[in-house]
Amino acid sequence: MFDFEGVPVEAYEGESVAVALYALGVDVFSWSHKLKRPRGPFCMIGKCSNCFMSINGLPNVKSCRIPVKDGLKVERQRGWVAPEAIHLMDKHSEIVELNPDLLIIGGGPAGLEAALTASNYGLNVVLVDEHFKLGGQLLKQTHKFFGNVELFGGMRGFQIAEEYSRKISELRNVQVLTNTVVYGVFRGGVVGAINESKHYIIKPRAVIAATGAQERYLDFQNNDLPGVIGAGGAQTIMNEFGVKPGEKSIVIGSGNVGLIISYQLLQSGVEVKGVVEILSEIGGWFVHAAKIRRYGVPVFTRHALKYVEGNPRVQKAVVAAVDDKLNFVPGSEKEFDVDLVLLAVGLEPDARLHAQAGAVMKYIPELGGLVPIRTRDLETTVVNMYVAGDSSGIEEATTAILEGKIAALSIVSKLCDGSRAENASSTLEKTLRFLWDEYRSSPLLTRARRGKEQATVPREELEDFRKKFPSPISFG
Amino acid sequence: MNTVKFRLTGVIELRELKELGLLPPEERLKKGPVAILECPEQIPCNICVPYCGLKAIKMDKITDIPRVDWDKCTGCGLCVAVCPGLAAFVVDLSRNDYDYVTLPHEFLPVPRLGETVTLLNRRGECVGEGVVVRLWEKNKTRVVTVRVPKGLGLEVRAIWVEKKQ
Repeated sequence: MFDFEGVPVEAYEGESVAVALYALGVDVFSWSHKLKRPRGPFCMIGKCSNCFMSINGLPNVKSCRIPVKDGLKVERQRGWVAPEAIHLMDKHSEIVELNPDLLIIGGGPAGLEAALTASNYGLNVVLVDEHFKLGGQLLKQTHKFFGNVELFGGMRGFQIAEEYSRKISELRNVQVLTNTVVYGVFRGGVVGAINESKHYIIKPRAVIAATGAQERYLDFQNNDLPGVIGAGGAQTIMNEFGVKPGEKSIVIGSGNVGLIISYQLLQSGVEVKGVVEILSEIGGWFVHAAKIRRYGVPVFTRHALKYVEGNPRVQKAVVAAVDDKLNFVPGSEKEFDVDLVLLAVGLEPDARLHAQAGAVMKYIPELGGLVPIRTRDLETTVVNMYVAGDSSGIEEATTAILEGKIAALSIVSKLCDGSRAENASSTLEKTLRFLWDEYRSSPLLTRARRGKEQATVPREELEDFRKKFPSPISFG
Repeated sequence: MNTVKFRLTGVIELRELKELGLLPPEERLKKGPVAILECPEQIPCNICVPYCGLKAIKMDKITDIPRVDWDKCTGCGLCVAVCPGLAAFVVDLSRNDYDYVTLPHEFLPVPRLGETVTLLNRRGECVGEGVVVRLWEKNKTRVVTVRVPKGLGLEVRAIWVEKKQ
């Protein structure tokens, strides 16, 4: 039971404040600074600012990352509110110093696999995640995974997260810090992390930042209305927390994410008026498209979203056909009566920690944006700072698992010696061969593969980059 | 990859399945239940291969299209249960009175044995009514065998169960 602007709200244990309010039917989470336009949640995974609220008097808190608790006082904000206490960290009486062999930032598929692998070889690991549960975006994946049986193929994403979490909780050499934010990387190889009660100063010998990705936004009139939600955000609401995200929806983008979310919306009893795709071809895999087509969901190829309307929440979406130059065809508008517009228009890697550490970055459209340059075994130009998973360029969970494993094995082969190092090196080679020569050889993955090739440089070239653009920060 | 029609529509035609070698020959279809894997793209996935107890599904590389050895396949339906793409079906066109289709179902309500359900084709069009004759479950995917009107065995690819108030 918590307090929302004077109203007592009952919520389930393990829910976030944002989800509890959404379930209650709260559409407006805040108002914009200047124009006081209503804002609703968008990403639900702590990557955007749409769900900022004042919690226990502290403004600008991501309500999607705060678990409900008795006695919380939650209020909506009218625009940006400057926090009273700038030196919040002073409030943390307890400063904890940690000196693990390996710090892993991000408890999604890449980070979890890396933690498991490194732990198996005897490294001491600290695993940090922003969310109050481990699993990253696996938590909201209710569909069965592709791939092969050894790599969890056939299991559902949330089951993979459960299995990893169970295994990791049994390990003595992995310290898990959930609900903890890594706020920066500093000279001397120091990483700062903070949670409600403690402030961590971490000095690891190596770091894997597997910080995932965020959903892309799209330009259209009224795109800021509540009810315009990231497809992944809606997945979090309905699949992780069991709350129906709306009644009638339209999905923008026919990549795998758009197709899968459409199927999951149908499963949760939400009507799907259609999937809108600007190109002439469906973006995702045929099997995912077939899954929604057979339940009567149309895919409008060569169409785009023109505008949405509603007050305060979306009530109508207008879609129109586009010509060869992707301009709207006049008179081709179709109106849809919807309360949910889901944007599935791609993801953008979140490699901000690498960038902040001074890693050499490259903009690669095939990977969704700016990613760190790295070797085949995923070390960046910041010595002993690795990248894995979507933060290394958008792919999917299976490749994230493989990348997490590769990064961890590379670190093990450096930090350990003798037979452990040898064993890690040979497993590393095997994993690399499977990832590049088998898995990524699928013509369906050509685009991502080409992107990853552009981001990957030989060791000598990495050393050249290091000389040319030395990072002020290194680990080890 | 050249654009093929099913990539434009999300619906694969029988003709396309045939051209890709994914449809069993007439004679085999007439013999009894057999798996049809409507999996025309080179997805890096081979889940169906180790699950098939009869080793009737063949893939050399993880990125191959799965090939069913239709002489080995008995139409048991395990591939229907495990395929992450929900692309595996079993059809039985051997009877004179009805066809039978075994398909994955991941919606509530779960149909009951003997229940009459709506039959949907690959476009989501309602093509008639069928009766649930077999029902089992693996990791939350229901594997449903429906008796459908003769001639619809290669058309029906989903069922819809009316929600009872």
